[in-house]
Amino acid sequence: MIAEGGLAALWLAASLSLLQLFLGAAALRPGGEGLLRVVRPLAVAQGVLAAIAFLALIWLFLRTDLSVQLVAANSHSAKPWLYKFAGAWGNHEGSMLLWITVLAVAGGAVALLERRLRQDTLIATLAAQAAIGLGFYAFLLFASNPFTRLSPVPVEGNGLNPLLQDPGLAFHPPTLYFGYVGISVAFSFAVGALITRDVGPAFARAMRPWVLGAWIFLTLGITAGSYWAYYELGWGGWWFWDPVENASLMPWLAATALLHSVTVLATRDGLRAWTVMLAVVAFSMSMIGTFLVRSGILTSVHAFAVDPRRGAFILILLLLYIGGALALFGLRVGTVKEGSRFDFVSREGALVVNNLLLSAILGVVFVGTLYPLAVEAVTGEKLSVGPPYFNAAAGPIALVLVAVMGVGALLRWRSDRLKALAQRLAVPILVTAAALLLVVLLVPGIRILPLLGLVLAAGVGVASLAPLWKRNLRRTPLFIWGMVVAHFGIAVTLAGMASEAAFTKETLVAASPGQIMRVGPFSVRFESVEPVAGPNWTAIEARLTASRGGGRPVALAPQARMFSTPPTPTSEAAIATVWDGQLYVAIGEPDAQGRWQLRLWWKPFVTLIWLGGGLVALGGLLALIGRLRRKSPQPRLQEALA
Amino acid sequence: MKPKNQRLVLLVVALVAVVGAVLLAMSAMRDQAAFFYAPADVERRGLPLDRAVRIGGMVRGGSIRRHPDGVTIDFVVGDETESTIPVRFTGITPDLFQENSGVVAEGRFQPDGSFVATEILAKHDENYMPPQLGPQGQHKTESLE
Repeated sequence: MIAEGGLAALWLAASLSLLQLFLGAAALRPGGEGLLRVVRPLAVAQGVLAAIAFLALIWLFLRTDLSVQLVAANSHSAKPWLYKFAGAWGNHEGSMLLWITVLAVAGGAVALLERRLRQDTLIATLAAQAAIGLGFYAFLLFASNPFTRLSPVPVEGNGLNPLLQDPGLAFHPPTLYFGYVGISVAFSFAVGALITRDVGPAFARAMRPWVLGAWIFLTLGITAGSYWAYYELGWGGWWFWDPVENASLMPWLAATALLHSVTVLATRDGLRAWTVMLAVVAFSMSMIGTFLVRSGILTSVHAFAVDPRRGAFILILLLLYIGGALALFGLRVGTVKEGSRFDFVSREGALVVNNLLLSAILGVVFVGTLYPLAVEAVTGEKLSVGPPYFNAAAGPIALVLVAVMGVGALLRWRSDRLKALAQRLAVPILVTAAALLLVVLLVPGIRILPLLGLVLAAGVGVASLAPLWKRNLRRTPLFIWGMVVAHFGIAVTLAGMASEAAFTKETLVAASPGQIMRVGPFSVRFESVEPVAGPNWTAIEARLTASRGGGRPVALAPQARMFSTPPTPTSEAAIATVWDGQLYVAIGEPDAQGRWQLRLWWKPFVTLIWLGGGLVALGGLLALIGRLRRKSPQPRLQEALA
Repeated sequence: MKPKNQRLVLLVVALVAVVGAVLLAMSAMRDQAAFFYAPADVERRGLPLDRAVRIGGMVRGGSIRRHPDGVTIDFVVGDETESTIPVRFTGITPDLFQENSGVVAEGRFQPDGSFVATEILAKHDENYMPPQLGPQGQHKTESLE
């Protein structure tokens, strides 16, 4: 009954979104004003229904109802409950249901909460949102129904891919989906504003919280995904330029550009057409991301199952939406009035450079990700584009971008003088020079990219704090704090990346118990090998103790696990975190003499990468709270709080 | 600055940025794109000695040989033809690396035709086949379908 109820809710939600699209379109015609009031409740009801369908699926997974095909194929009664719960979206159908649920709930939230936008623009926005939703409802209902029943009912389920049996799974996909979908809301705002010819600061201020929110979630999703790959895959790397990773990076790059240009539009009324264009690009990138991950065109842990029909379906949706949006943009961009002007040496000017560089990186990643697919589709020749390409092409641009970030935040709006800027930059430039001298002296032979990374991180770290100088810290608006924290976070991440690239030490040995190995400043003793067992796996566990100088020893226990359903070996790395980095150990195979392969890494300050990512997201959150509080209708309360 | 000039400057900056990015991407792509070779391709296309490439195929049964250092292995990669590539790799092999199953390795060919792998790409699950391996390694869909 629950499966049928969920399916019914899904069909109802789909019909409501069709109604929402048509009524919204009708309401915008002359004489259709009477329909305006109907569209909002429709959007809310659609959100509620989609949420009910998703809850039904979660319920089925928690109960391990094996009469439902999706549960039987992806779950198992002996799984810990967290993975039954998270398993609901650890598969193709469930994750698409999560996608549409987030979209519908976000649409409902826009309908309920948005009060500053012109009524007709809001209705057009909701209609655009319904049009996006409709495609995905069709995809779910016709090509990937999560509620299909199975007959006869199997005795036991297939289990979940062991790599996905990790607490990270519970949070990683929803976080990214919140990001993708938040961008789709921003896109709907842009379409709405284009339709009603309302592109201006008011539209930008309505769109900004959604862009910020989406960007925060994307940042968190990418940071968490990177750490997850780092400790779960056991390869010691934190970013592989895997197409799936790029699929989340591209929307982030576009959203970052949009976030900055929407600020120019909201505060200075500049970059009107460009901001709308970026909203279209950002949405296209999240659609392409969904396509890459969900179509099965890539084979990886994210491509749950390969079904060419699904790929074709998403590709058609993708072309329809992006093509439609670009056509609308082309038709209406002429009606977007030119915004106010600014000098090249100004905050706006720096933000334009920021946007250009972000777009350039986006282009580099886009080409590197899609070029091999295109070449293979056209000529059948197989080639793979890996980290060397991305690092060589995107790395230098990213370094320039970070440098501009340090300078740009110190420029005034409208117009500024280079001389005044130079004064404000004196301290950061001094710090940069000192860092350069230090690194060159202390680390001879360091490669050029890590060198620039370390030096820039120091200079930009100081520069990013500079907007706080000479301010009363308690009276500084929250969104300025947000900017400072986010920019500082970028510098922290850069420092972590450069340090990892420059200073990582690696040892690979075949060792017998009792042997002592060295890696970096640590001496590691291989104590013993023990068999251990978990709820649905057994493992060989190596016991090691590491110590540095006479310091307190740290225990490490990497495992080679064998999961029972489905039978799959995985490697669980052991990671010891100390204040200045991480010691990372993975275990390999035994040999005939009773030795075990052990791979040890000492990665100084690698933790800064994810710490910085967290800071960037925190900065976004502060800015979001600051923006939302600023326009709250209780100025007195706000004063009391300040 | 006059508005007209300002637009021009912005346009020039944008053009320079875009052209620069394209040039950077193209040069990186020419140098760094790793081409994929199956054993049969080596005879057909010749040994690519000037760049890192990826090879892929099936690990021949009984071909894995361990060196005394415990961390280096030799094995032979074959495909549906007679051609084979001898491979040497130092490191920990992925969990599902075994004889008679698919493998993709990244590294360089040596003048004698052997291949020194710097990395063996992991398979994510027992159904996984590198997409480049084509029909003999078709990805299995859910077994219940």
